[in-house]
Amino acid sequence: MVQTKEGQIRIPSGCAIAAIMDKRGRTFTGDDIIKSIALMHDRSNGLGGGFAAYGIYPEYRECFAFHVFYDSEAAKAATEEFLNAHYDIQMCGVIPTTPTKGIGKSPKIWRYFATPNRIKLDAFAYAEEEYTAQCVIKINDHIDGAYVFSSGKNMGAFKAVGYPEDVGEYYMLPSYKAYLWTAHGRFPTNTPGWWGGAHPFTLLDWSIVHNGEISSYDANRRYVEMFGYKCSLQTDTEVITYLFDLLVRKHGLSLETAATVLAAPDWDVIDKLCDVDKQRLTALRATYSGALVNGPFSVILGFNGGLVALNDRLKLRALMAAEDKDKYYFASEESAIRVVCPNPDRVWSVGGGEPVVLKIKGVSV
Amino acid sequence: MNFKNPEFEIVRNKDKCISCGACARQCSYEAHIIDPDTGELKAEDMNCVACHRCVVICPTRAITIKKHEMTYRENANWTAAYINQINRQADTGGVLLSGMGNPQPYPIYWDRMLLNASQVTNPSIDPLREPMETRTFIGAKPEKIELDAKGRLITRMPPNVELQMPIMFSAMSFGSISLNAQKSLAAAAKACGTLFNTGEGGLHSDLFQYADNAVVQVASGRFGVHKDYLDKSRIIEIKIGQGAKPGIGGHLPGVKIDEEVSRTRMIPLGADAISPAPHHDIYSIEDLRQLIYSLKEATEYQKPVAVKIAAVHNSAAIASGIARAGADIIVLDGFRGGTGAAPTRIRDNVGIPIELALAAVDERLRSESLRNRVSLVAAGSFRNSADIFKAIAIGADAVYIASSALIALGCHMCQQCHTGKCNWGIATQRADLVKRLNPEIMAERAANLLKAWNHEIKEMLGGMGINAIDSLRGNRLMLRGVGLNEKELSILGIKHAGE
Amino acid sequence: MKRVYAVEKLCLNCKLCEVYCKTAHSKSKDIIKAHKTEVPEPQTRIFVEGDNLLSFAANCRHCENPACVEACITGAMTKDPITGIVDNEKERCVGCMTCVMACPYGVVKAADIAFKCDLCRGEDEPACVKHCPNRALIYIEGGSER
Repeated sequence: MVQTKEGQIRIPSGCAIAAIMDKRGRTFTGDDIIKSIALMHDRSNGLGGGFAAYGIYPEYRECFAFHVFYDSEAAKAATEEFLNAHYDIQMCGVIPTTPTKGIGKSPKIWRYFATPNRIKLDAFAYAEEEYTAQCVIKINDHIDGAYVFSSGKNMGAFKAVGYPEDVGEYYMLPSYKAYLWTAHGRFPTNTPGWWGGAHPFTLLDWSIVHNGEISSYDANRRYVEMFGYKCSLQTDTEVITYLFDLLVRKHGLSLETAATVLAAPDWDVIDKLCDVDKQRLTALRATYSGALVNGPFSVILGFNGGLVALNDRLKLRALMAAEDKDKYYFASEESAIRVVCPNPDRVWSVGGGEPVVLKIKGVSV
Repeated sequence: MNFKNPEFEIVRNKDKCISCGACARQCSYEAHIIDPDTGELKAEDMNCVACHRCVVICPTRAITIKKHEMTYRENANWTAAYINQINRQADTGGVLLSGMGNPQPYPIYWDRMLLNASQVTNPSIDPLREPMETRTFIGAKPEKIELDAKGRLITRMPPNVELQMPIMFSAMSFGSISLNAQKSLAAAAKACGTLFNTGEGGLHSDLFQYADNAVVQVASGRFGVHKDYLDKSRIIEIKIGQGAKPGIGGHLPGVKIDEEVSRTRMIPLGADAISPAPHHDIYSIEDLRQLIYSLKEATEYQKPVAVKIAAVHNSAAIASGIARAGADIIVLDGFRGGTGAAPTRIRDNVGIPIELALAAVDERLRSESLRNRVSLVAAGSFRNSADIFKAIAIGADAVYIASSALIALGCHMCQQCHTGKCNWGIATQRADLVKRLNPEIMAERAANLLKAWNHEIKEMLGGMGINAIDSLRGNRLMLRGVGLNEKELSILGIKHAGE
Repeated sequence: MKRVYAVEKLCLNCKLCEVYCKTAHSKSKDIIKAHKTEVPEPQTRIFVEGDNLLSFAANCRHCENPACVEACITGAMTKDPITGIVDNEKERCVGCMTCVMACPYGVVKAADIAFKCDLCRGEDEPACVKHCPNRALIYIEGGSER
């Protein structure tokens, strides 16, 4: 049987997620995040693991960092031709990996640090973020065998088919230093075996790790597609990322408000609020009803300068949080926090529909 | 000599009949007769329309209405129905008229779509234990919301109507139905937090108290339209067409224009009320825009303006034009929608199924990034809550029901609305018949129907792991087709079961 | 006291109240037997007057000062001081029909002896009210006897 990739079919999956962030923006290595996600080994089944790391490329902080999977030399040539036409590439090379038991045959994995071509960007008349978002969509949609899986500034995603701890070792994450790490271990219900299908999913500097299966998927997909997005992977993470991108980057809502749209309060609650809050939430729910995400989910949205942790409004998925001195920890299981931070100052369960928004002082969002 | 044959046979069980005569006193078609000489009850099969009033009123259930056994030589082409219709026309030389919706055996796509439910990977939700939301807002929505630093709204929300359930009562005018029927629906709408629709018959002063639950219609005859009428509403609906008779106006015979109807419609007593086929001030899409904005001006932009069209071949493009013309709500009425009276040939042959029209319109509005700005309401024969559920999954915000609401009021689908002799007091203005419909009882029954369907919608939502109707709207992945061909699946935008 | 009131604008002239009154006052309480086979034939105590356009059902008003009670020559017709129900005691009635003539509403009838509405003693709701298909009969407290 020919295996299908993400995007050709919609695949439900269960998962483990974790995140560690330094409040003051100081960077630390990937050792702890690997340890944390490794503890939840049984929540994955070896069919996908990945990480997002923020603050890893300070020397190229002004460049978009493209991480790309290539299935063939032809795909690489076509992509580089496209990138050269649209960007000034400051630096490029193979992403270093080390042979790891448990990680099978890999695609070619390249990275490019690039700034948009001035002339093309000016002609485009939108901000460089929109320019880059559209370029990424173009490569992923039109160049067969090429997949850009990370495109933000001073951040990067690292993912593969395998258990997450093996993926971490494969990409040598202990050698990177980030102020925010997120991690994902995947339990898909069938076997696509495509590296691009592993999580986190990213768009510009947004990265999402997600555990759950949303029942509103097609309503959300058809909603964001009205605004020019194309949900080619057919995954929950992809559509949630686009929703955040639409609400925050394009519509200018705060992260907190965007989270309130995705996991909206019940009408029963809204009805009892004061007029200002009631008006705001009623307008948000009525206008953004297509962005309401339903069904079980816990997500950690990473971005330059912070994260949002969000649970569905019924709290149908576990998501634990902890705070210890300068660090915040999140994980699907409390034990995955305690394995790297045995006695945190505070441990709590993220409330259903109650977003936790954390921003690092001095780091621009 | 009458060439016609009876369609039904009235069977009276002599052992059960107590000769109380209720059947005879209740039958406006004079199918039951008390013999003036013997006092015995007799039946005139020829007059029976199978409305079942006698069956229901008979205290001993002694009456059965059967399909008449009288038969023609079998012929798949020349059916009894066609032969009888030709005889009727040979008798009268007239256009055949019918009531209610298209009864022909065209495909019913609702019955070819199945719903999803959660298993293992995603939990179903129990509506008895968890909140389950069916609140729906209809009206134009802004592209995006802007808030100030304190979280106050900067965006001015266009007028929207909050419905407690995505089901409204569709347009049925005073004239086509009785005032008591309208009162029943208005009171039920109020009790359930939804809307009823005046149709093109004006708003009788007895219904002013239901202004907050009224959709008032402006149709080609402009009957009963004045400033107060527009003000006493939540939504103003421009009726371009009706699913049962696309391209056709209306004709309410003068005999039905009694004093009340005359006053409410603002037309002379006893004069025929003729709604032209088109609006004579709308011959193009830009004309429509002018009427939409005239109505908005007249009501100071306080009310959403809806435009209702019959589902026809080119609905998607027309709907896109309507959205661009400034309508806040688009109403699509499918070819199975009911009517008080329509030419039979039109009713049975014009228009397209609501399922296909709705899917095409929703998809077109989305591809043109208009769908989030306008509300989409589907109409045209929703027989149960699952039909409604599927319509919302295809992309409707809400639906209009009418035939099913009338069935709750007693209608037995005998399709004789156009005769004005409705034994149930619904499609008639005869005082002795109208009073058979007690608005108090019927408002309860209509409200019960809405509540029951809303409850069923919640059950189905919960089963698929959704706790708000918002997440069902346009969620076509929750539908699968059975026995549909590739073209049908592609128009409906759904996959086949098993995919 | 609670009385039965007719709402004429809702009365259908179907006369089901009569049918069910007759059944309620039969021996068998079976609608078909009551109407077809029972001897003596049970009698209805409610009477629909009028036609399809305007009709209403009339039955005993259970007056505060009932003319029938006053007129009764044997003391058979009495008004219960507790329930207020006016009724005829079979054993004492001699069938003189004085009550029939005295009743201003014409709702006391007589065969061998007088009979009239007894509000279906013992029932929560009289049979006529319970079975009226259009709620044209209501059984409520507080109205006047008219």
